Amino acid sequence: MTVAAFTFYAFAVTTLLGGLMTVMSRNPVHSVLWLILAFISSAGLFVLLGAEFVAMLLMIVYVGAVAVLFLFVVMMLDIDFAELKAEMARYMPLALLIGVVILMQLGMAFGAWDYSEGVAERLAAPAGEVQNTAALGQLIYDKYIMLFQLAGLILLVAMIGAIVLTLRHRTNIKRQDILAQMYRDPAKAMELKDVKPGQGL
Amino acid sequence: MISADIQTVLPEIVIALYAMGALLAAVYTSKDEVAPLLTWLTGGLFVVMAGWIGYNGEGVNVAFDGAYVDDGFGRFAKVVILLSAAVVLVMSQEYMSRRGLLRFEYPLLVALAVVGMMVMVSAGDLMSLYMGLELQSLSLYVVASLRRDSVKSTEAGLKYFVLGALSSGLLLYGASLTYGFAGTTLFSGIVEAVEGGASIGLLFGLVFLITGFAFKVSAAPFHMWTPDVYEGSPTPVTAFFATAPKVAAMGLFARVAFDAFGAVTGEWQQIVAFLSVLSMFVGAIAAIGQTNIKRLMAYSSIAHMGFALMGLAAGSAFGVQAMLIYMAIYVTMNIGTFAFILGMEKDGVPVTTISSLKMYSKREPLRALAMLVLLFSLAGVPPMVGFFGKFYVLRAAYDAGLAWLAVAGVIASVIGAFYYLRIVYFMYFGEETEALDGKMSPVLWVSLMASAAVMVVGVVNLFGIEPLAAAAAATLVN
Amino acid sequence: MVEFFTTTNLGIVLLILGQCLLVLVPLLVALAFLMYADRKIWAAVQMRRGPNVVGVFGLLQSFADFLKYIVKEVVVPAGADKAVFFLAPMISFVLAVIAWAVIPFDDGWVLSDINVAILYVFAISSLEVYGVIMGGWASNSKYPFLGSLRSAAQMISYEVSIGLIIIGVIISTGSMNFGDIVRAQEGSWGIFNWYWLPHFPMLFLFFISALAETNRPPFDLPEAESELVAGYQVEYSSTPFLLFMIGELMAVVLMCALVSLLFFGGWLSPIPGLPDGIWWMVIKMSFFFFIFSMVKAITPRYRYDQLMRLGWKVFLPMSLGWVVIVSFLAKYEALGGLWARWTIGG
Repeated sequence: MTVAAFTFYAFAVTTLLGGLMTVMSRNPVHSVLWLILAFISSAGLFVLLGAEFVAMLLMIVYVGAVAVLFLFVVMMLDIDFAELKAEMARYMPLALLIGVVILMQLGMAFGAWDYSEGVAERLAAPAGEVQNTAALGQLIYDKYIMLFQLAGLILLVAMIGAIVLTLRHRTNIKRQDILAQMYRDPAKAMELKDVKPGQGL
Repeated sequence: MISADIQTVLPEIVIALYAMGALLAAVYTSKDEVAPLLTWLTGGLFVVMAGWIGYNGEGVNVAFDGAYVDDGFGRFAKVVILLSAAVVLVMSQEYMSRRGLLRFEYPLLVALAVVGMMVMVSAGDLMSLYMGLELQSLSLYVVASLRRDSVKSTEAGLKYFVLGALSSGLLLYGASLTYGFAGTTLFSGIVEAVEGGASIGLLFGLVFLITGFAFKVSAAPFHMWTPDVYEGSPTPVTAFFATAPKVAAMGLFARVAFDAFGAVTGEWQQIVAFLSVLSMFVGAIAAIGQTNIKRLMAYSSIAHMGFALMGLAAGSAFGVQAMLIYMAIYVTMNIGTFAFILGMEKDGVPVTTISSLKMYSKREPLRALAMLVLLFSLAGVPPMVGFFGKFYVLRAAYDAGLAWLAVAGVIASVIGAFYYLRIVYFMYFGEETEALDGKMSPVLWVSLMASAAVMVVGVVNLFGIEPLAAAAAATLVN
Repeated sequence: MVEFFTTTNLGIVLLILGQCLLVLVPLLVALAFLMYADRKIWAAVQMRRGPNVVGVFGLLQSFADFLKYIVKEVVVPAGADKAVFFLAPMISFVLAVIAWAVIPFDDGWVLSDINVAILYVFAISSLEVYGVIMGGWASNSKYPFLGSLRSAAQMISYEVSIGLIIIGVIISTGSMNFGDIVRAQEGSWGIFNWYWLPHFPMLFLFFISALAETNRPPFDLPEAESELVAGYQVEYSSTPFLLFMIGELMAVVLMCALVSLLFFGGWLSPIPGLPDGIWWMVIKMSFFFFIFSMVKAITPRYRYDQLMRLGWKVFLPMSLGWVVIVSFLAKYEALGGLWARWTIGG
């Protein structure tokens, strides 16, 4: 077995194990940790494919940001997962049945998978000598610029939505006004009083 | 090259830039106080854009390597989307202002949703299809739960979101199977690839895609979210849901069916016919027991989508033309009906129960009459315009050899007529219980009356929409 | 012999292991003295003596500490999630170490010369939050948990601006390889060729973000000693604590290396004519470590909301704006291509 093959199997097995344990874990925090393991190993698989840029993005975006927030939320949730699981167990037979049916159907689809004629010409040409970061850049910012911008709009909508649905301007609290603080000077803020002994202000 | 591309998508760019600019302007000025102004401004922009697209558009322009197709079909759908969105926006302004719901983000979210819809009906690639769809859906999820202190509204938003995400997942899965078969996401490439016949893998992809679309147009059996979302959302938002997004989703459906899978019409025809029959009957039968007029309108829209899908199921240019005409008429009727519903209130509180309409004709004879016309039209009673819409799709189905579908349609519309006429019965003959009061704002009144008038006057020549729709359909089906 | 190391699988593995040790051992030894230096500098600012008992001038203090950590008993709190509890310090340590795989000390002196080196470092440093958050959660105690939540929010916030600042440098270089980035700073002007000049405002943003990212004072809120006792480390003792500490310090040194590479020309000599070499890299890193220590000694701690405000409302817009500005400056090759030093492609 070559080193590359060994690495591939190591990452592939870890990805599968991570995915499996995400579902099987009793503790939701452990689930998220297993999920993170799955993410990291799939990043490894991307590296083996020669897509190092995508691999790093997977690490930065999914593992470094998204999964942290997951973990954050799951740690703070106070949900009795055992109870939820019991609820789920009631529907288990039905779910299993549907799952098996879909699995068999997909087996049919993939078992007899054939490509259309001339699929090779329609596939995107390999990037060739260009580094994959540069190749991705040319695709995203040139050919798919409209899709890229639309994705940006979608994120904008998500942001507006989060603000619209959650932001409440509370009126009866004190806020720090940084600029006002910075423009304050002692001459205006302080007043020196000469207090006579035994009289007070 | 790139400047020509930008020229083609200029209407979308203008609206998106307007939304961003207005957002900034509103945040840095008086926020919600400018909301009414923004609402009118957005409506005005929509009308201007509709005019621009309607008058300026010419020929078939393909932009961004085929990811975006600007043709007669797309322009027809865009004009309908823009006009209906504009009318619904200005209708909602007064209602929402009075109830403190009008946040300045509302018109802007609608504007962004409209951008998404415009991309949807012009999509030439599975990826732009998905981007447009998500842009539209995400905006709609947010506006559905705009009344965030109400449990029902939040529930509506959440339900819509969860099920919408599920359907997006199915759609994406279908798209990936299609890509796996064809080796490209471009519709023009897919249609080439399927010419040699569809493999079973591609069929799975097609079914998943159709499932996703059926959810978006709320066709049975993927309609479960519709009544809850319609009931829970603020009424103006419901009015919006019932109009522009439906047109966009139907446009997208037709676009994919013909542009990408036009070579294998037989493969999707039966699925669409099945969806059509089921939607018509589910819509007609489930609506009978409803007591809330918004829920009733939800079921009504399910049934109407069934009819529109019938046009699609015909798989011919005439079918698409019928579908376009049907959607245009449907949108007009719905605008009028929702104008009426928006005006239903008692002591300043909106009322949506059907029984509150009892003896409405005595108090407001003109409004009751207009509603009567609209309901007759919705039911498809001749000689209202609604009848012609139904007539077109039935004929298209019959011509395409789907006589059984046409017969089922007639039966369903007879069943459906029952619940529309029940409202009419309440308005004219019922016993008066809790009378509605309150005046209608001029905008609502005009919308209601205009829509009713269209239903009567349009009988003459359907305002010349027929040749336009035919031309639009011809660019899609060839 | 040479053939054995370049052709056979075992040889390659052994070679790589040897290289790793060559980087790690000096690094860890240096770390011991840096820890000592940190304490000495701190002490000097406060007019104390600092460690001065073990060895000459207390030079062996760190080794004594090390021995003590190793031989003490490991205390595991009742109710702790044992697996995660022990995993956390290991993650913290391992991540701090593996980031060094792509850091060059001299031209070509790097374990793995990959194209996306800078992204790799960024990815690893964004993972470091896991050590903290897992440790805090697994301790099953309130202070550690509060500390870890603070830290997670803080690290994510400042990562955003660090990422954007790095993008500015990447745009200028046209490559994400550290070697290319350093080579792009080479020129006849010596120190004035380095990126600190064209990317001047970002230098400070990067340094301050690095402070926050590594939880150093004045942004040490996760372990804020006076409020949270020691934050996520409260329940840790003995070797696990040692691992946390080494991991943290290693991250600081890594940040010093990053500042040197990105803005101060790595192994390049500041004065034209003097030979380039690893000593310049070491000198630069030591200098920035000194600054880190000074900052720790002389600044008061930020309040949490101020920290968040600084991250999101000041650093993020500034660094985002800078990315836009640099893009234009690079595109139109302003000032004779000061911002456009593309080493590849172009």
